[in-house]
Amino acid sequence: MNSSSDLHVRYVAQLARLKLSEEEACRYQEQLEQIVRYIEQIRKLDVRGIEPTAHVVERVNPMRADDPAPSLSPDDATANAPLRAEHLFMVPKVVE
Amino acid sequence: MNYEAVIGLEVHVQLRTRTKMFCACANTFGAPPNTQTCPVCLGLPGALPSPNFEALRLTALTGLMLGGAIAPRCKFDRKNYFYPDVSKNYQISQYDLPICVGGELVLPRENYPKDAQKTVEESRRIRLVRIHLEEDVAKSFHFEAATGVDFNRAGAPLMEIVTQPDLRSPEEAFAFLSTLRLVLLYGGVSDADMEKGQLRCDCNVSVRPVDQEELGAKVEIKNMNSISGVRRALAHEIERQMDVARNGGRIAQETRRWDEAAGATFGMRSKEMAHDYRYFPEPDLLPVVVDSWIDEVRRAVPELPVARKERLMRRLGVGESNAEVLVADRELADWFEKAAATTKNANGVANFVVNDLLRELGAAGKPLVESPIAPEALGALVDLADAGRISSSQAKEVFAEMFRSGRAADEIVVERGMEQVSDTDAIGKLCDEVLAVNAAMVAQIREGNVKAVGNLVGQVMKRSQGKANPAMVNAALKEKLGI
Repeated sequence: MNSSSDLHVRYVAQLARLKLSEEEACRYQEQLEQIVRYIEQIRKLDVRGIEPTAHVVERVNPMRADDPAPSLSPDDATANAPLRAEHLFMVPKVVE
Repeated sequence: MNYEAVIGLEVHVQLRTRTKMFCACANTFGAPPNTQTCPVCLGLPGALPSPNFEALRLTALTGLMLGGAIAPRCKFDRKNYFYPDVSKNYQISQYDLPICVGGELVLPRENYPKDAQKTVEESRRIRLVRIHLEEDVAKSFHFEAATGVDFNRAGAPLMEIVTQPDLRSPEEAFAFLSTLRLVLLYGGVSDADMEKGQLRCDCNVSVRPVDQEELGAKVEIKNMNSISGVRRALAHEIERQMDVARNGGRIAQETRRWDEAAGATFGMRSKEMAHDYRYFPEPDLLPVVVDSWIDEVRRAVPELPVARKERLMRRLGVGESNAEVLVADRELADWFEKAAATTKNANGVANFVVNDLLRELGAAGKPLVESPIAPEALGALVDLADAGRISSSQAKEVFAEMFRSGRAADEIVVERGMEQVSDTDAIGKLCDEVLAVNAAMVAQIREGNVKAVGNLVGQVMKRSQGKANPAMVNAALKEKLGI
């Protein structure tokens, strides 16, 4: 994990496509460092012998059989699109 | 200085399931835009994913077929990035605990490009890093002023197979993909049609001096839609990199796009920042534990092409080139084995399947399932020829009629009065008749013109209306003429 000094709010904001003012960036940087310091307390715990887990519940393998169900109509599917054409979601041109 | 190429592949395979990875929308190709979507695969807020067991089963099956280790426990993660084809702003994938680790694929000579097979020296073993499961993204259509997005493909189960950088030439990459595709088809894992985007491949390629251990700067090539396209793209890119290296230049680490029409790769607009996907465990999905179902998958592992070819050759006596053609198509090999089970002469059946059946099907534009000849019926034809009841050219004629009408071989033989006469007395009698009316020719033969016997054989055949066994006629005449 990054130490607090490595985590720059500007970088995180860019990854999240957030536009921050200078004042916001300063304030959030401070808050972010507080959060990271808090997490670092957890890092001090002795977790030897404890199996890592990504979930707190005991359940595993909730799965679905491969049976199709009806989909939305293309009109409904694209109803909220700001722009649509021929049932396609239209977005600003993507340049590769 | 001599350079060598180092190639690793990332192969994406669309799995053959009825529904998508995390929702019950149909997983089919070619439907009208956005007709196979729901709140889950559109990424609407609050929609929750539910994993498709069949997709996990097929991925585990692939791992077992390729000799990988199936992880007792795996999980899903979110790969975060912004792009119009991922409406949730993350793709559900597997990061640190993939379903399968390791494995390998041996490249048989016959899966190399035809023109390169002669120079293949040894069976190359290509090691795999991992196989994981993720969801496919939506399909984009680029127009003049905008991009249109169709979410039918979004959320389709997508398996990613990552190789070690073990490949050394475009021809090996070609052989790897051909071999892998066949394994996938044998397992029923995917239809693996590259034109439909069911098998997609990114190539990582670099060059280095042959005596150097360290890898050169890696270039990733995207946008390849055929196995021969991969070969061409790699050949071009390796040449380009070697040119740069020989001229003392520096190869930039970048992503390039293969342009099939131009026959060249082009640099893609590179992002200034390195990718940071901020992977983290998908909180909406629980871990997957395989112990309760993996044994069943293990039992479903089919005989693979390499083993099948060996068996057809060793156990059934099929010739190598026939075996290669048969094994390259699982359905064809299955059809052949059904036919071969009805006769002792499996290679005789193989000859008819590889030469005659494939030619006739091709000419008629029919798929194998529509073959007018049932596999069980072909064995009877081979037996008739082997027993000497019809000649080999008659067998071809009967085959053509079987293909035309779907009727049984013995029925056609009887109806056309083809049955070959192998009765020594009957043949002897016909020979005597012919010798009696050809006194002059008999004299010539006795004086040494042995070639003229052929003419007499022809006359006997004619008198028998083509039914006499030609080899027996020849022998009988020679005996009677004392030569």
